[in-house]
Amino acid sequence: MTEILIKNGHITDPLQGIDAVGCVLITGGKIGKISVGADSINVSNPAISVVNATELFVFPGFVDMHTHLREPGFEYKETIRTGTLAAAKGGFTSVCSMPNTKPVNDNETVTEFIVRKAMMEGYCDVFPIGAITKGQEGKELAEMGMMKTAGCVGFSDDGKPVVNSLIMRRALEYSKVFSSPVISHAEDAFLSEGGVMNEGYLSTILGLRGIPAEAEIIMIKRDIDLAALTGGRLHVAHVSTAGGVRAIREAKKDGIKVTAETCPHYFSITEDAVNGYNTNGKVNPPLRTQKDVEAVREGLNDDTIDAIATDHAPHHRDDKMCEFDRAAFGISGFETAFSLSIRLVHDGVLTLSRLIRKMTCEPAAILSIDKGTLREGGDGDIVVVDMEATFTVESERFLSKGKNTPFSGWQLKGQPVLTINRGRVTYDNFTGRL
Amino acid sequence: MRKHLIDIKSTSVEDIKLVLETASSFKDVLSRDIKKVPALRGKTAVNLFFEPSTRTKTSFELAEKRLSTDVINFAVPTSSVVKGETLYDTIKTIESYGVDFIIIRHQSSGVPHFITSFSQASVINAGDGINEHPTQALLDAFTLIEKKGTVEGLKIAVVGDIFHSRVARSNIFCLRKLGAEVRIVAPNTLVPKGIENEGVQIYNNLEDGISDVDAVMMLRIQNERQSGGFLSSKDEYFRFWGLTSKRLKNAKPDCIVMHPGPMNRGVEIDSEVADSAQSVIHAQVINGLAVRMAVLYLLSTA
Ligand SMILES: [Zn+2]
Repeated sequence: MTEILIKNGHITDPLQGIDAVGCVLITGGKIGKISVGADSINVSNPAISVVNATELFVFPGFVDMHTHLREPGFEYKETIRTGTLAAAKGGFTSVCSMPNTKPVNDNETVTEFIVRKAMMEGYCDVFPIGAITKGQEGKELAEMGMMKTAGCVGFSDDGKPVVNSLIMRRALEYSKVFSSPVISHAEDAFLSEGGVMNEGYLSTILGLRGIPAEAEIIMIKRDIDLAALTGGRLHVAHVSTAGGVRAIREAKKDGIKVTAETCPHYFSITEDAVNGYNTNGKVNPPLRTQKDVEAVREGLNDDTIDAIATDHAPHHRDDKMCEFDRAAFGISGFETAFSLSIRLVHDGVLTLSRLIRKMTCEPAAILSIDKGTLREGGDGDIVVVDMEATFTVESERFLSKGKNTPFSGWQLKGQPVLTINRGRVTYDNFTGRL
Repeated sequence: MRKHLIDIKSTSVEDIKLVLETASSFKDVLSRDIKKVPALRGKTAVNLFFEPSTRTKTSFELAEKRLSTDVINFAVPTSSVVKGETLYDTIKTIESYGVDFIIIRHQSSGVPHFITSFSQASVINAGDGINEHPTQALLDAFTLIEKKGTVEGLKIAVVGDIFHSRVARSNIFCLRKLGAEVRIVAPNTLVPKGIENEGVQIYNNLEDGISDVDAVMMLRIQNERQSGGFLSSKDEYFRFWGLTSKRLKNAKPDCIVMHPGPMNRGVEIDSEVADSAQSVIHAQVINGLAVRMAVLYLLSTA
């Protein structure tokens, strides 16, 4: 394995408190040495690849705790290969795959398949999330222990809520044995039934069935109460509502073990994105109002929301080129995630260091995976970012099979240019400057 | 006039008035011995009804024939749609026959809008999901003008299942644009969120809601709404929101009663009212023909 020296980039590693120009040496797939100061590492080996990162930023590879890679079962939407390729382009070196595949990842065989396939074909590390219940049917607990042993780092029936409160209680109790969080897709399925967008004036005007914010808020509150009852670790996925943020903030104050994530679309756009029946704005939970966007940003600012995840949900063209109410929910998120998130820094919501935390060491800590930092001896997972690069989002050029995004045509600033996973270059849009 | 008629919410007041004026001259044509004109000879219209509707479909078909348009009726239940063909492919196939008009009714809101994004034909919305039914609103406005001289300044109550009614949505937009005072009367389960932003007053009580109004527009209550938790029973609905001649006395003495049909007698409307001199339900049907002729004609010249 070749050695790579990244020279004179602005290194930001929040976990180690590094925020300065410096050099990183990757050797044997690991972080060999990290050093602050220009030209602070010199290597005589002529075979080494030297990356001149002057005026660029160097971060730990991003960790995405919530994605859908669609394999097994929905390879026409995405595969582990294409999904991780798109992830690498987005600067990710670790992604977690949700279990709503076919078959559902509710047993060690499916978990092992995903892990092996990712090792053979993947462009980043894949950490599967196992199902909470068998078949994601909400009835019986899945084999969490065996799945954990096979590589699962958390449990979720994502895509569906665990409707039965008793089963959710058991999941939070049982998962404690395996020190894994239970990730809640918070949706009161009775309240959201038939809904395809946020409920409000706009849904009335478009004649589309609404999903009230309360469908999320009520379930978050229930799960918080169950976490308090059981002492289990609750993680709330894709928080989209002001009421949800408020409930999590209160729970944290009360010392309940709860963490939360949101996604770039929930702090970047509102329900207006579905105007004109644009199915690329159809996502679950739905895009909400400006008030909710501001509350989500506030939640990121005061650390009520710990992590930023993409909920990368690629779909085939046919799943979106159809009647709005029949269209699939989801946004292909890997390739715009960082560039949308950096807007939080431009807007003064987060410092750069705090943004990077939420995309690296925070999700890694929630899932207890040894990622998200440039610690010497740790995996050589690095992303180099050009903060000045401006570009137009062209979904047709996505590496993901899913071209479904409401951000097509957007002008964004700040883009990953080089991604390295365990010492291997997985994305390189940088060669010209190498 | 724009190329399509897919909703009232984005249609200008000028275009609405143009349709109503044009419809008035077509109504004269309909009173002649020979009711057919060659205005759209050589044009082809396809009636694409994904939901059963005898009334609206017949009205469109007759309007097309009165204008000498060639008509294709696309029978959805026997078509490739049931074989799993996408809507996109269905429309593309139909379009390749060179049609000038696609008249579409579909159970999903937004489908006419979706079709305009890739079709060359003029698209006319004959009812989409719970969104809009623009020609119904236009024929209702036409009927109001015929009976009352104008829409501006009228007090009009729209009564019933506002939530699920595309007729209600199109009418609210249309009547407000034409300057009417619009009230909606319904139990709260059937009032869609934020509708007051459209400048309508909400009433739960029918007597109050129709007091002193110039027109009452009744909406159809569908049976399936009872199981969805929207209503408790037909009996209770009729008890509180059914239009009886006694209740109608709260309205102006010359108040007219409208209904898009088909009626549920004894659910939303009492037979005595439906068959009274105040009922203009049959006039609505004839006016529907004139309005649809006007729409086809104007779109063809757009
Ligand atoms: Zn989810």
